Amino acid sequence: MDSETTSQQPKTSQVETKPKLNPNNRSFKLQAENIDVFYDDFQAIKDISLDIVENSITAFIGPSGCGKSTFLRLFNRMNDNIDGFHMNGKILIDNKNIYDESIKVEELRKKVGMVFQKPNPFPKSIYENVAYGLRIQGVKDEEFIENRVIESLKQATLYSEIEDNLDKQALSLSGGQQQRLCIARALAVKPSVLLMDEPTSALDPISSGKIEDLIHELKKEFTIVIVTHNMQQAARVSDNTAFLYMGNLVEYGDTQKIFTNPEKDRTQNYITGRFG
Amino acid sequence: MAPQHLDSELKLLKDNVLELMFLVKNQLEKGQKALHDFDEELAHEIMANEKRVDSLELTIDRDCENLLALHNPVAVDLRFVMAAFKINSDLERIGDHANSIAKYIADFGRKIDEDTLKTMRLDEMYSTANKMVSNVFNAFITEDTDLARKVFRLDETLNKINREVSGSTAELIEADVSQTHNYLYLFSIVRKLERVGDLTKNIAEELIFYIEAKVLKHKKMKSKNNNGNEESGNSTV
Repeated sequence: MDSETTSQQPKTSQVETKPKLNPNNRSFKLQAENIDVFYDDFQAIKDISLDIVENSITAFIGPSGCGKSTFLRLFNRMNDNIDGFHMNGKILIDNKNIYDESIKVEELRKKVGMVFQKPNPFPKSIYENVAYGLRIQGVKDEEFIENRVIESLKQATLYSEIEDNLDKQALSLSGGQQQRLCIARALAVKPSVLLMDEPTSALDPISSGKIEDLIHELKKEFTIVIVTHNMQQAARVSDNTAFLYMGNLVEYGDTQKIFTNPEKDRTQNYITGRFG
Repeated sequence: MAPQHLDSELKLLKDNVLELMFLVKNQLEKGQKALHDFDEELAHEIMANEKRVDSLELTIDRDCENLLALHNPVAVDLRFVMAAFKINSDLERIGDHANSIAKYIADFGRKIDEDTLKTMRLDEMYSTANKMVSNVFNAFITEDTDLARKVFRLDETLNKINREVSGSTAELIEADVSQTHNYLYLFSIVRKLERVGDLTKNIAEELIFYIEAKVLKHKKMKSKNNNGNEESGNSTV
Protein backbone atom coordinates (compact mmCIF):
# COMPACT_ATOMS: atom_id res chain seq x y z
CA MET A 1 0.00 0.00 0.00
CA ASP A 2 1.71 3.10 -1.19
CA SER A 3 1.14 6.34 0.54
CA GLU A 4 0.47 9.40 -1.57
CA THR A 5 1.10 12.87 -0.28
CA THR A 6 -2.15 14.76 -0.26
CA SER A 7 -2.71 18.34 0.64
CA GLN A 8 -6.48 18.51 0.72
CA GLN A 9 -8.36 19.44 3.84
CA PRO A 10 -9.68 16.51 5.83
CA LYS A 11 -13.33 15.81 5.30
CA THR A 12 -15.97 15.18 7.86
CA SER A 13 -19.54 14.45 6.94
CA GLN A 14 -22.44 15.90 8.90
CA VAL A 15 -20.23 18.44 10.58
CA GLU A 16 -19.61 22.02 9.59
CA THR A 17 -16.41 22.50 11.55
CA LYS A 18 -13.11 22.84 9.74
CA PRO A 19 -10.67 20.96 11.91
CA LYS A 20 -7.00 21.89 11.84
CA LEU A 21 -6.40 18.19 11.54
CA ASN A 22 -3.54 18.40 9.16
CA PRO A 23 -1.45 21.49 9.83
CA ASN A 24 1.62 20.30 7.93
CA ASN A 25 -0.23 18.72 5.04
CA ARG A 26 0.88 15.25 5.96
CA SER A 27 -0.75 12.43 4.06
CA PHE A 28 -3.87 10.75 5.33
CA LYS A 29 -3.22 7.36 6.80
CA LEU A 30 -6.83 6.39 7.40
CA GLN A 31 -9.88 7.58 5.53
CA ALA A 32 -13.51 6.67 6.09
CA GLU A 33 -15.88 7.49 3.27
CA ASN A 34 -19.63 7.58 3.84
CA ILE A 35 -19.67 4.71 6.28
CA ASP A 36 -22.93 3.07 7.30
CA VAL A 37 -22.79 0.06 9.59
CA PHE A 38 -25.71 -2.18 10.38
CA TYR A 39 -26.19 -5.05 12.77
CA ASP A 40 -29.17 -6.67 11.08
CA ASP A 41 -31.72 -3.82 10.96
CA PHE A 42 -30.02 -1.67 13.58
CA GLN A 43 -27.89 1.10 12.10
CA ALA A 44 -24.87 1.59 14.37
CA ILE A 45 -22.97 4.08 12.17
CA LYS A 46 -24.71 6.67 10.02
CA ASP A 47 -22.89 8.08 7.00
CA ILE A 48 -19.63 8.97 8.70
CA SER A 49 -16.70 10.31 6.71
CA LEU A 50 -13.45 11.37 8.30
CA ASP A 51 -9.75 11.52 7.53
CA ILE A 52 -6.95 10.70 9.96
CA VAL A 53 -3.50 12.04 9.25
CA GLU A 54 -0.45 9.81 9.69
CA ASN A 55 1.57 9.92 12.92
CA SER A 56 -1.26 11.52 14.81
CA ILE A 57 -3.38 10.44 17.75
CA THR A 58 -7.12 10.57 17.26
CA ALA A 59 -9.58 10.01 20.10
CA PHE A 60 -13.12 8.75 19.59
CA ILE A 61 -15.40 9.85 22.41
CA GLY A 62 -19.10 9.50 23.05
CA PRO A 63 -21.59 7.82 25.36
CA SER A 64 -21.92 4.04 25.52
CA GLY A 65 -23.59 2.67 22.42
CA CYS A 66 -22.73 5.68 20.24
CA GLY A 67 -20.81 3.48 17.79
CA LYS A 68 -17.25 4.52 18.57
CA SER A 69 -15.92 0.99 19.16
CA THR A 70 -17.77 -0.30 16.10
CA PHE A 71 -16.22 2.50 14.07
CA LEU A 72 -12.74 1.78 15.48
CA ARG A 73 -12.99 -1.93 14.69
CA LEU A 74 -13.77 -1.17 11.05
CA PHE A 75 -10.12 -0.22 10.56
CA ASN A 76 -8.90 -3.77 11.03
CA ARG A 77 -12.10 -5.54 10.02
CA MET A 78 -12.80 -6.81 13.51
CA ASN A 79 -16.55 -6.53 12.91
CA ASP A 80 -16.55 -8.90 9.94
CA ASN A 81 -17.46 -11.99 11.93
CA ILE A 82 -20.20 -10.41 14.03
CA ASP A 83 -23.63 -11.84 13.17
CA GLY A 84 -25.74 -9.46 11.15
CA PHE A 85 -22.87 -7.03 10.41
CA HIS A 86 -22.94 -5.31 7.08
CA MET A 87 -21.72 -1.94 5.92
CA ASN A 88 -21.67 0.62 3.13
CA GLY A 89 -18.84 2.96 2.22
CA LYS A 90 -15.08 2.66 2.06
CA ILE A 91 -12.30 2.46 4.62
CA LEU A 92 -8.99 3.45 3.05
CA ILE A 93 -5.61 2.79 4.58
CA ASP A 94 -2.76 4.33 2.61
CA ASN A 95 -5.35 5.12 -0.05
CA LYS A 96 -6.42 1.49 -0.48
CA ASN A 97 -9.87 0.18 0.39
CA ILE A 98 -9.35 -2.48 3.06
CA TYR A 99 -12.78 -3.99 2.31
CA ASP A 100 -11.72 -4.70 -1.26
CA GLU A 101 -11.92 -8.39 -2.14
CA SER A 102 -8.20 -8.48 -2.94
CA ILE A 103 -7.26 -7.58 0.65
CA LYS A 104 -6.23 -10.43 2.93
CA VAL A 105 -7.38 -9.79 6.48
CA GLU A 106 -4.22 -11.42 7.95
CA GLU A 107 -2.04 -9.03 5.94
CA LEU A 108 -4.22 -6.09 6.99
CA ARG A 109 -3.82 -6.94 10.66
CA LYS A 110 -0.04 -6.93 10.34
CA LYS A 111 -0.39 -3.28 9.44
CA VAL A 112 -3.12 -2.48 11.92
CA GLY A 113 -2.46 -3.62 15.47
CA MET A 114 -5.07 -3.55 18.19
CA VAL A 115 -4.99 -3.15 21.97
CA PHE A 116 -8.10 -3.98 23.96
CA GLN A 117 -9.71 -2.74 27.15
CA LYS A 118 -8.49 -5.61 29.29
CA PRO A 119 -4.94 -6.85 28.84
CA ASN A 120 -5.14 -10.25 27.16
CA PRO A 121 -1.70 -11.87 27.24
CA PHE A 122 -1.50 -15.50 26.15
CA PRO A 123 -0.71 -18.08 28.88
CA LYS A 124 2.87 -18.17 27.70
CA SER A 125 6.14 -16.56 28.69
CA ILE A 126 6.71 -12.84 28.26
CA TYR A 127 9.14 -13.60 25.43
CA GLU A 128 6.74 -15.94 23.60
CA ASN A 129 3.88 -13.48 23.87
CA VAL A 130 5.85 -10.88 21.96
CA ALA A 131 7.31 -13.44 19.54
CA TYR A 132 3.85 -14.90 18.82
CA GLY A 133 2.94 -12.68 15.88
CA LEU A 134 6.27 -13.32 14.17
CA ARG A 135 6.02 -17.08 14.67
CA ILE A 136 2.53 -17.29 13.13
CA GLN A 137 3.91 -15.30 10.21
CA GLY A 138 6.37 -18.15 9.75
CA VAL A 139 9.51 -16.33 10.85
CA LYS A 140 12.13 -18.94 11.81
CA ASP A 141 15.22 -16.82 12.39
CA GLU A 142 15.58 -16.92 16.20
CA GLU A 143 18.13 -14.10 16.29
CA PHE A 144 15.75 -11.93 14.29
CA ILE A 145 12.88 -12.83 16.60
CA GLU A 146 14.93 -12.12 19.72
CA ASN A 147 16.02 -8.72 18.41
CA ARG A 148 12.45 -7.83 17.50
CA VAL A 149 11.13 -9.01 20.92
CA ILE A 150 13.65 -6.81 22.76
CA GLU A 151 13.06 -3.86 20.44
CA SER A 152 9.28 -4.12 20.91
CA LEU A 153 9.54 -4.45 24.70
CA LYS A 154 11.76 -1.38 24.75
CA GLN A 155 9.30 0.55 22.56
CA ALA A 156 6.54 -0.40 24.96
CA THR A 157 8.72 0.89 27.85
CA LEU A 158 8.51 -2.49 29.57
CA TYR A 159 11.95 -3.97 28.88
CA SER A 160 13.83 -2.38 31.78
CA GLU A 161 11.29 -3.82 34.23
CA ILE A 162 11.41 -7.44 33.00
CA GLU A 163 14.70 -7.87 31.10
CA ASP A 164 15.93 -10.58 33.49
CA ASN A 165 12.59 -12.41 33.50
CA LEU A 166 11.70 -12.87 29.86
CA ASP A 167 10.86 -16.52 30.52
CA LYS A 168 8.47 -15.61 33.29
CA GLN A 169 4.74 -16.24 32.76
CA ALA A 170 3.11 -13.18 31.21
CA LEU A 171 0.09 -13.65 33.45
CA SER A 172 2.26 -13.02 36.51
CA LEU A 173 2.82 -9.40 35.46
CA SER A 174 0.78 -6.55 36.92
CA GLY A 175 -2.23 -5.24 34.95
CA GLY A 176 -0.31 -2.22 33.70
CA GLN A 177 2.67 -4.36 32.69
CA GLN A 178 0.36 -6.84 30.94
CA GLN A 179 -1.18 -4.01 28.92
CA ARG A 180 2.26 -2.76 27.89
CA LEU A 181 3.16 -6.35 27.01
CA CYS A 182 0.09 -6.49 24.75
CA ILE A 183 1.23 -3.26 23.13
CA ALA A 184 4.72 -4.79 22.64
CA ARG A 185 3.08 -7.85 21.10
CA ALA A 186 1.18 -5.61 18.68
CA LEU A 187 4.35 -3.65 17.83
CA ALA A 188 6.46 -6.77 17.13
CA VAL A 189 4.87 -7.33 13.73
CA LYS A 190 5.69 -3.72 12.76
CA PRO A 191 2.25 -2.27 12.19
CA SER A 192 1.85 1.31 11.04
CA VAL A 193 -1.51 1.82 12.74
CA LEU A 194 -2.46 1.09 16.35
CA LEU A 195 -6.09 0.89 17.39
CA MET A 196 -6.74 1.14 21.12
CA ASP A 197 -10.14 0.37 22.60
CA GLU A 198 -10.21 1.89 26.10
CA PRO A 199 -6.66 0.71 26.78
CA THR A 200 -6.43 2.08 30.32
CA SER A 201 -9.94 1.64 31.65
CA ALA A 202 -8.91 -1.39 33.70
CA LEU A 203 -5.69 0.19 35.01
CA ASP A 204 -4.75 2.27 38.05
CA PRO A 205 -3.70 5.92 37.55
CA ILE A 206 0.06 5.16 37.62
CA SER A 207 -0.23 2.41 35.01
CA SER A 208 -2.61 4.59 32.97
CA GLY A 209 -0.06 7.40 33.07
CA LYS A 210 2.65 5.07 31.75
CA ILE A 211 0.39 3.93 28.90
CA GLU A 212 -0.45 7.55 28.06
CA ASP A 213 3.25 8.46 27.99
CA LEU A 214 3.83 5.44 25.78
CA ILE A 215 1.02 6.43 23.39
CA HIS A 216 2.57 9.87 23.10
CA GLU A 217 5.98 8.33 22.35
CA LEU A 218 4.58 5.84 19.80
CA LYS A 219 3.00 8.64 17.79
CA LYS A 220 6.42 9.28 16.21
CA GLU A 221 6.18 5.99 14.35
CA PHE A 222 2.53 5.03 14.34
CA THR A 223 -0.87 6.42 13.57
CA ILE A 224 -2.94 5.86 16.69
CA VAL A 225 -6.70 5.81 17.15
CA ILE A 226 -7.99 5.50 20.68
CA VAL A 227 -11.49 4.98 22.04
CA THR A 228 -11.87 6.31 25.55
CA HIS A 229 -14.57 7.17 28.05
CA ASN A 230 -12.08 9.24 29.97
CA MET A 231 -12.53 12.82 28.78
CA GLN A 232 -9.34 14.02 30.41
CA GLN A 233 -7.39 11.22 28.77
CA ALA A 234 -8.75 12.18 25.36
CA ALA A 235 -7.81 15.79 26.08
CA ARG A 236 -4.32 14.86 27.29
CA VAL A 237 -3.19 12.39 24.67
CA SER A 238 -4.91 13.15 21.39
CA ASP A 239 -4.26 15.61 18.59
CA ASN A 240 -7.77 15.37 17.23
CA THR A 241 -11.04 14.26 18.74
CA ALA A 242 -14.18 12.87 17.15
CA PHE A 243 -17.40 13.00 19.14
CA LEU A 244 -19.96 10.37 18.14
CA TYR A 245 -23.56 10.26 19.28
CA MET A 246 -26.14 7.65 18.28
CA GLY A 247 -24.08 6.58 15.29
CA ASN A 248 -23.54 10.12 14.01
CA LEU A 249 -20.32 12.07 13.92
CA VAL A 250 -21.34 15.24 15.76
CA GLU A 251 -18.02 17.06 15.77
CA TYR A 252 -14.49 16.25 14.69
CA GLY A 253 -11.55 18.54 15.13
CA ASP A 254 -8.53 19.78 16.98
CA THR A 255 -8.66 18.39 20.53
CA GLN A 256 -7.71 21.74 22.04
CA LYS A 257 -10.66 23.39 20.32
CA ILE A 258 -13.10 20.61 21.20
CA PHE A 259 -12.23 20.85 24.90
CA THR A 260 -12.10 24.65 25.15
CA ASN A 261 -14.69 25.91 22.71
CA PRO A 262 -16.58 23.19 20.85
CA GLU A 263 -18.70 24.23 17.90
CA LYS A 264 -21.74 22.17 18.79
CA ASP A 265 -23.92 22.47 21.89
CA ARG A 266 -24.27 18.70 21.97
CA THR A 267 -20.49 18.31 22.19
CA GLN A 268 -20.31 20.90 24.95
CA ASN A 269 -23.11 19.21 26.89
CA TYR A 270 -21.38 15.86 26.62
CA ILE A 271 -17.86 16.91 27.57
CA THR A 272 -19.11 19.02 30.47
CA GLY A 273 -21.10 16.03 31.74
CA ARG A 274 -24.52 17.54 31.20
CA PHE A 275 -25.82 14.65 29.14
CA GLY A 276 -24.72 11.21 28.07
CA MET B 1 -19.28 12.87 36.35
CA ALA B 2 -21.61 14.66 38.67
CA PRO B 3 -22.96 17.58 36.65
CA GLN B 4 -25.48 18.67 39.31
CA HIS B 5 -22.69 18.87 41.86
CA LEU B 6 -20.50 20.74 39.38
CA ASP B 7 -23.35 23.14 38.60
CA SER B 8 -23.86 23.91 42.28
CA GLU B 9 -20.11 24.56 42.71
CA LEU B 10 -20.09 26.85 39.67
CA LYS B 11 -23.13 28.71 41.02
CA LEU B 12 -21.42 29.14 44.38
CA LEU B 13 -18.35 30.54 42.62
CA LYS B 14 -20.49 32.98 40.62
CA ASP B 15 -22.34 34.08 43.78
CA ASN B 16 -19.05 34.73 45.56
CA VAL B 17 -17.61 36.73 42.66
CA LEU B 18 -20.83 38.76 42.48
CA GLU B 19 -20.65 39.41 46.21
CA LEU B 20 -17.07 40.66 45.86
CA MET B 21 -18.03 42.77 42.85
CA PHE B 22 -20.93 44.29 44.78
CA LEU B 23 -18.69 45.01 47.77
CA VAL B 24 -16.01 46.66 45.60
CA LYS B 25 -18.68 48.66 43.75
CA ASN B 26 -19.95 49.95 47.12
CA GLN B 27 -16.41 50.79 48.21
CA LEU B 28 -15.94 52.98 45.15
CA GLU B 29 -19.33 54.66 45.51
CA LYS B 30 -18.63 55.40 49.18
CA GLY B 31 -15.23 56.79 48.15
CA GLN B 32 -16.86 59.31 45.83
CA LYS B 33 -19.20 60.46 48.59
CA ALA B 34 -16.42 60.55 51.20
CA LEU B 35 -14.27 62.69 48.90
CA HIS B 36 -17.04 65.04 47.91
CA ASP B 37 -18.40 65.55 51.44
CA PHE B 38 -15.06 65.07 53.19
CA ASP B 39 -16.65 62.33 55.27
CA GLU B 40 -13.77 60.91 57.33
CA GLU B 41 -16.03 58.35 58.98
CA LEU B 42 -17.05 56.96 55.62
CA ALA B 43 -13.38 56.85 54.59
CA HIS B 44 -12.62 54.77 57.68
CA GLU B 45 -15.55 52.49 56.88
CA ILE B 46 -14.02 51.85 53.44
CA MET B 47 -10.68 51.01 55.08
CA ALA B 48 -12.40 48.63 57.50
CA ASN B 49 -14.21 46.87 54.63
CA GLU B 50 -10.90 46.17 52.90
CA LYS B 51 -10.53 43.10 55.13
CA ARG B 52 -13.79 41.72 53.73
CA VAL B 53 -12.49 42.26 50.21
CA ASP B 54 -9.29 40.35 51.01
CA SER B 55 -11.18 37.57 52.73
CA LEU B 56 -13.58 37.10 49.79
CA GLU B 57 -10.65 37.11 47.38
CA LEU B 58 -9.10 34.18 49.26
CA THR B 59 -12.43 32.33 49.30
CA ILE B 60 -12.80 32.71 45.53
CA ASP B 61 -9.19 31.62 44.96
CA ARG B 62 -9.92 28.48 46.95
CA ASP B 63 -13.20 27.88 45.07
CA CYS B 64 -11.36 28.09 41.73
CA GLU B 65 -8.58 25.79 42.92
CA ASN B 66 -11.08 23.21 44.15
CA LEU B 67 -13.12 23.34 40.96
CA LEU B 68 -10.05 22.83 38.81
CA ALA B 69 -8.62 20.05 40.96
CA LEU B 70 -11.82 18.15 41.68
CA HIS B 71 -14.03 18.70 38.66
CA ASN B 72 -11.64 19.13 35.73
CA PRO B 73 -13.98 21.61 34.02
CA VAL B 74 -13.81 21.93 30.24
CA ALA B 75 -15.22 24.24 27.56
CA VAL B 76 -17.59 26.90 28.91
CA ASP B 77 -17.11 25.70 32.50
CA LEU B 78 -13.34 26.01 32.18
CA ARG B 79 -13.64 29.46 30.65
CA PHE B 80 -15.90 30.50 33.51
CA VAL B 81 -13.47 29.31 36.19
CA MET B 82 -10.53 30.98 34.41
CA ALA B 83 -12.50 34.21 34.04
CA ALA B 84 -13.63 34.11 37.69
CA PHE B 85 -10.02 33.62 38.82
CA LYS B 86 -8.82 36.66 36.89
CA ILE B 87 -11.85 38.82 37.72
CA ASN B 88 -11.23 38.00 41.38
CA SER B 89 -7.70 39.36 41.15
CA ASP B 90 -8.90 42.49 39.28
CA LEU B 91 -11.59 43.13 41.89
CA GLU B 92 -9.15 42.80 44.74
CA ARG B 93 -6.91 45.39 43.11
CA ILE B 94 -9.86 47.74 42.55
CA GLY B 95 -10.61 47.23 46.25
CA ASP B 96 -6.99 48.16 47.04
CA HIS B 97 -7.34 51.38 45.05
CA ALA B 98 -10.60 52.24 46.83
CA ASN B 99 -8.83 51.65 50.14
CA SER B 100 -5.81 53.80 49.17
CA ILE B 101 -8.08 56.64 48.08
CA ALA B 102 -9.93 56.40 51.43
CA LYS B 103 -6.54 56.72 53.19
CA TYR B 104 -5.72 59.83 51.13
CA ILE B 105 -9.07 61.35 52.09
CA ALA B 106 -8.44 60.65 55.78
CA ASP B 107 -4.87 61.98 55.54
CA PHE B 108 -5.88 65.09 53.56
CA GLY B 109 -7.50 66.44 56.71
CA ARG B 110 -9.90 68.96 55.22
CA LYS B 111 -12.63 69.35 52.64
CA ILE B 112 -11.39 69.97 49.13
CA ASP B 113 -12.78 73.17 47.69
CA GLU B 114 -15.26 72.91 44.83
CA ASP B 115 -13.04 74.71 42.30
CA THR B 116 -10.14 72.31 42.85
CA LEU B 117 -12.48 69.29 42.69
CA LYS B 118 -13.82 70.61 39.39
CA THR B 119 -10.38 71.31 37.93
CA MET B 120 -9.12 67.89 38.95
CA ARG B 121 -12.41 66.39 37.57
CA LEU B 122 -12.52 63.91 40.44
CA ASP B 123 -16.31 63.66 40.57
CA GLU B 124 -16.41 63.06 36.82
CA MET B 125 -13.78 60.34 37.09
CA TYR B 126 -15.49 58.70 40.01
CA SER B 127 -18.87 58.73 38.24
CA THR B 128 -17.36 57.19 35.12
CA ALA B 129 -15.48 54.51 37.08
CA ASN B 130 -18.60 53.71 39.10
CA LYS B 131 -20.65 53.40 35.95
CA MET B 132 -18.06 50.99 34.51
CA VAL B 133 -18.14 48.77 37.60
CA SER B 134 -21.92 48.93 37.63
CA ASN B 135 -21.99 47.84 33.97
CA VAL B 136 -19.75 44.80 34.50
CA PHE B 137 -21.72 43.88 37.62
CA ASN B 138 -25.00 43.85 35.69
CA ALA B 139 -23.34 42.25 32.66
CA PHE B 140 -22.10 39.42 34.86
CA ILE B 141 -25.56 38.84 36.35
CA THR B 142 -27.35 38.85 33.00
CA GLU B 143 -24.43 37.50 30.92
CA ASP B 144 -24.96 40.50 28.63
CA THR B 145 -21.80 41.04 26.61
CA ASP B 146 -23.22 44.15 24.90
CA LEU B 147 -23.39 45.78 28.30
CA ALA B 148 -19.86 44.58 29.11
CA ARG B 149 -18.62 46.14 25.87
CA LYS B 150 -19.95 49.55 26.93
CA VAL B 151 -17.09 49.86 29.43
CA PHE B 152 -14.48 50.07 26.66
CA ARG B 153 -15.71 53.50 25.61
CA LEU B 154 -15.95 54.62 29.24
CA ASP B 155 -12.37 53.50 29.85
CA GLU B 156 -11.27 55.68 26.94
CA THR B 157 -13.08 58.58 28.63
CA LEU B 158 -11.19 57.93 31.87
CA ASN B 159 -7.86 57.75 30.03
CA LYS B 160 -8.60 61.05 28.28
CA ILE B 161 -9.52 62.79 31.54
CA ASN B 162 -6.35 61.42 33.14
CA ARG B 163 -4.21 62.88 30.35
CA GLU B 164 -5.96 66.24 30.52
CA VAL B 165 -5.87 66.50 34.32
CA SER B 166 -2.14 65.87 34.22
CA GLY B 167 -1.76 69.23 32.44
CA SER B 168 -4.30 70.95 34.69
CA THR B 169 -2.45 69.78 37.79
CA ALA B 170 0.83 71.19 36.49
CA GLU B 171 -0.92 74.53 35.96
CA LEU B 172 -2.41 74.48 39.47
CA ILE B 173 1.02 73.79 40.98
CA GLU B 174 2.65 76.55 38.94
CA ALA B 175 -0.05 78.95 40.14
CA ASP B 176 0.42 78.06 43.83
CA VAL B 177 3.58 76.14 44.63
CA SER B 178 2.75 76.03 48.33
CA GLN B 179 -0.12 73.62 47.51
CA THR B 180 2.09 71.20 45.54
CA HIS B 181 1.78 68.47 48.15
CA ASN B 182 -2.03 68.64 48.16
CA TYR B 183 -2.33 68.73 44.39
CA LEU B 184 -0.08 65.69 44.09
CA TYR B 185 -2.29 63.89 46.62
CA LEU B 186 -5.33 64.65 44.51
CA PHE B 187 -3.56 63.70 41.30
CA SER B 188 -2.74 60.33 42.90
CA ILE B 189 -6.49 59.78 43.24
CA VAL B 190 -6.92 60.61 39.55
CA ARG B 191 -4.26 58.03 38.67
CA LYS B 192 -5.89 55.41 40.87
CA LEU B 193 -9.28 55.96 39.28
CA GLU B 194 -7.66 55.63 35.87
CA ARG B 195 -6.26 52.26 37.02
CA VAL B 196 -9.72 51.25 38.27
CA GLY B 197 -10.90 51.88 34.71
CA ASP B 198 -8.18 49.62 33.29
CA LEU B 199 -9.00 46.83 35.75
CA THR B 200 -12.72 47.11 35.05
CA LYS B 201 -12.00 46.91 31.33
CA ASN B 202 -10.06 43.70 32.05
CA ILE B 203 -13.12 42.33 33.83
CA ALA B 204 -15.30 43.12 30.80
CA GLU B 205 -12.79 41.29 28.58
CA GLU B 206 -12.87 38.27 30.87
CA LEU B 207 -16.68 38.23 30.78
CA ILE B 208 -16.61 38.27 26.98
CA PHE B 209 -14.00 35.49 27.00
CA TYR B 210 -16.19 33.38 29.26
CA ILE B 211 -19.48 33.99 27.45
CA GLU B 212 -18.37 34.27 23.81
CA ALA B 213 -14.98 32.49 23.84
CA LYS B 214 -13.40 35.59 22.31
CA VAL B 215 -10.07 37.00 23.46
CA LEU B 216 -10.10 40.81 23.39
CA LYS B 217 -7.14 41.69 25.56
CA HIS B 218 -4.06 43.27 24.02
CA LYS B 219 -6.14 44.20 20.98
CA LYS B 220 -6.27 47.76 19.76
CA MET B 221 -9.74 49.17 19.32
CA LYS B 222 -10.43 48.92 15.63
CA SER B 223 -13.83 47.88 14.48
CA LYS B 224 -17.29 48.59 15.71
CA ASN B 225 -19.65 45.84 16.69
CA ASN B 226 -23.37 45.82 15.97
CA ASN B 227 -24.10 48.16 18.85
CA GLY B 228 -21.63 50.79 17.82
CA ASN B 229 -19.21 49.84 20.60
CA GLU B 230 -15.66 49.55 19.42
CA GLU B 231 -13.84 46.29 19.76
CA SER B 232 -11.42 43.98 18.08
CA GLY B 233 -10.93 40.40 19.04
CA ASN B 234 -10.22 36.87 18.03
CA SER B 235 -11.84 33.60 18.87
CA THR B 236 -9.92 31.75 21.58
CA VAL B 237 -8.73 29.03 19.26
